Amino acid sequence: MQIKKKTLRKFGTVSFFVLPALIIVITLIVAPLLMSMFNSLFSWNQMVRLDFIGFDNFKALFTKYPYQERFFNALKNNAQWFVMTMVIQNGFGLLFGYLLSRRIAGSEFFKRVFFLPVLFSIVAVGFLWGLYLSPNGLLNAILKATGKPEWQQAWLGNAKYANNALILVNIWRWVGFPSLVFLAAIDMVPVESIEASLLDGANSWQTFWKVIFPLIIPSLTIVFVLTIIGSLNVFEQVYCMTGLDGSPNFATDTIGTLFYRTAFGSVDAGNPEIGMGSAISVVIYLLTFCFSLISIVTTRSKEVEL
Amino acid sequence: MKRKVIAFVAAALLAVSSGSLFANGSAEAPATEQKVTELQLWTWRPEDVDFYNGLIKQFEAANPDIKVTQNAIKNTEYNTVLASSLSGGSGPDIFMGRAYGGLLTYVQSGYLEPMDKLYPEVKNYSKGALGGASDSDGNIWGLPAVGQTLCVYYNKKIFEENGITVPDTWDEFLADCKTLKAKGILPIANGTKDGWTVETLLGVIGPAFYGPDFFDDVVAGKTNFLDPRFIGAINKIHELTPYMPDMYTGISYTDMQTSFINEMSAMFLGGSYEASYFKTQNPDLDFDIFPIPGTKASDPKLVSVYADMNWVVNAASQHMDADKKFIKFLASKEVGQQIIDKLQMVPWTPGVDASSSPFISKVLELQKTSTPYLFLVGFRYQQPTGSSLWQAAGQGFMSGDLTAEQTAEQVQKGIASYYKPFQK
Repeated sequence: MQIKKKTLRKFGTVSFFVLPALIIVITLIVAPLLMSMFNSLFSWNQMVRLDFIGFDNFKALFTKYPYQERFFNALKNNAQWFVMTMVIQNGFGLLFGYLLSRRIAGSEFFKRVFFLPVLFSIVAVGFLWGLYLSPNGLLNAILKATGKPEWQQAWLGNAKYANNALILVNIWRWVGFPSLVFLAAIDMVPVESIEASLLDGANSWQTFWKVIFPLIIPSLTIVFVLTIIGSLNVFEQVYCMTGLDGSPNFATDTIGTLFYRTAFGSVDAGNPEIGMGSAISVVIYLLTFCFSLISIVTTRSKEVEL
Repeated sequence: MKRKVIAFVAAALLAVSSGSLFANGSAEAPATEQKVTELQLWTWRPEDVDFYNGLIKQFEAANPDIKVTQNAIKNTEYNTVLASSLSGGSGPDIFMGRAYGGLLTYVQSGYLEPMDKLYPEVKNYSKGALGGASDSDGNIWGLPAVGQTLCVYYNKKIFEENGITVPDTWDEFLADCKTLKAKGILPIANGTKDGWTVETLLGVIGPAFYGPDFFDDVVAGKTNFLDPRFIGAINKIHELTPYMPDMYTGISYTDMQTSFINEMSAMFLGGSYEASYFKTQNPDLDFDIFPIPGTKASDPKLVSVYADMNWVVNAASQHMDADKKFIKFLASKEVGQQIIDKLQMVPWTPGVDASSSPFISKVLELQKTSTPYLFLVGFRYQQPTGSSLWQAAGQGFMSGDLTAEQTAEQVQKGIASYYKPFQK
């Protein structure tokens, strides 16, 4: 009896701490996810749920014009986000993290400078960079002043450059994050290991790749997974800078903006299609889940322990 | 003791709430307190908050038992906010509704109270007005508020200083642009960064070249968007690119407005809805409008016209009687007159005298030779909408990535995927 009371009390205490978080997760994450899955299996008339149609929405998304064209175009743009972010942002993140870990002069200052844009509001970043990249904006003014007026472009209005421009702005904003993660990871590498490799005659390059890099793979996994999730969920930056329609001519459309436009409709794009929108959201979830899983499994196999 | 204190406090509270304590005996309390009905009014015009607050004040003065609260939501977010709110079973009592397909969304979902039931006089509105407020069975769901006309705004001062007059033919128009450009003045403010402004370009320029019959022909499926009339009209838009700003593909709507308002450009291709904003931003701006001329001076000068907005009532509103009163007020000539005088817009209200505004009189004059605004009026009922197809393809065309034929094909392919008359 005594034990039962004790267990109950323990259960109560644990519940007290866990329940608030659990309620938030269930209402804001699990329930909407299940609702989306449920809604995607029905046909809809505007905002009214009609008949059960199984996987027809998914079939249409992958095979029927115009959904198929829009979806794969958007997915291609997301892929571009992923590749550029992975290579440029995480590459620079690794470089900055390493340089900061060497405690060169001014490293404390740069640590803060690199991380500062991460703290900015995405709407403010989008708005300001929208101005900088406009035909009469800062970037074109700099190009003109430096004697390269022929390089001036309508960066956000030209289909060739618009998506890259958005991605680079996002990289500018986020590069401080991987930098700090890598810095922290490199700082955790035991000094003895580095000293030993240097005593054995390895140069800095070899020390980095042979000693430091294998030991920071767990943090690489985290950054990779976050990059995948981030690249598949791109929305705000596009919404702020080139609009919900992914203009010009769908050059900056992503599955996030496509989902939003489809599910909720827009002034020009027309009526909401909740069923199709839910199907897109489920696909986004599955893609994120699968790619994250693959990335975790593959990088974990490369992890080493001291 | 404790119990006594509680009992005293409770008794005091009861006395205060029933009004017996501290009553001086002379003031007569009303037998039944007048109940105030609160109405929620939603608009997508944060720019016009003061105007609508003014209207609300007038209405409340005449109807002291009704209080109206305005909520203005950004135009681009309005549909989403409204849709999620209505689907959640709440939402405003009275709100701005789109026209045509955009209105029918809410009708089909059962969110709207029939307007002809609330305000039977709505049947007296013009055919053009009711076209944007009715379904295919002729049921009227909205109170038509304003109509829009697409045309060219020009800066009178710049025209006079450079010896330019309103053109009578397309060649004259291009010659005017050339003269202005030679003098270092930006002839046309328009850019194409925002897709919907590309649709405006088509709406301003297109009718002069695809002609008065194209709309009816294409809606009936007698022709389609590969029609040489349509492709010819698209090509005409491209002839303006030398006279648009440098890197016009990156020029947004606000950039365009700023340029024209600050007299940095001579012309602005846009809708009649711009006038009041131009005036409030630069009261000294002396502008007028003209329709795009055709190839010959004798060609009819056609403009695109559309119903822009309807007042609608939420079927789930708990205050139908108050809603009725407010709708009747919005339909009054007094409100119509204020729309002309203060908003510089063209109200659909029957019998309103527009002579007080030379601008509105001019717009009404242009409307006499008009054609419906192609995609908004004819092809916004299903997805992908004609508007979204044209806006994207039009951007590709204006940046030189697509030819006029490819642009037309992109539009045709999209609409043919659901439009029965194109599938025959």
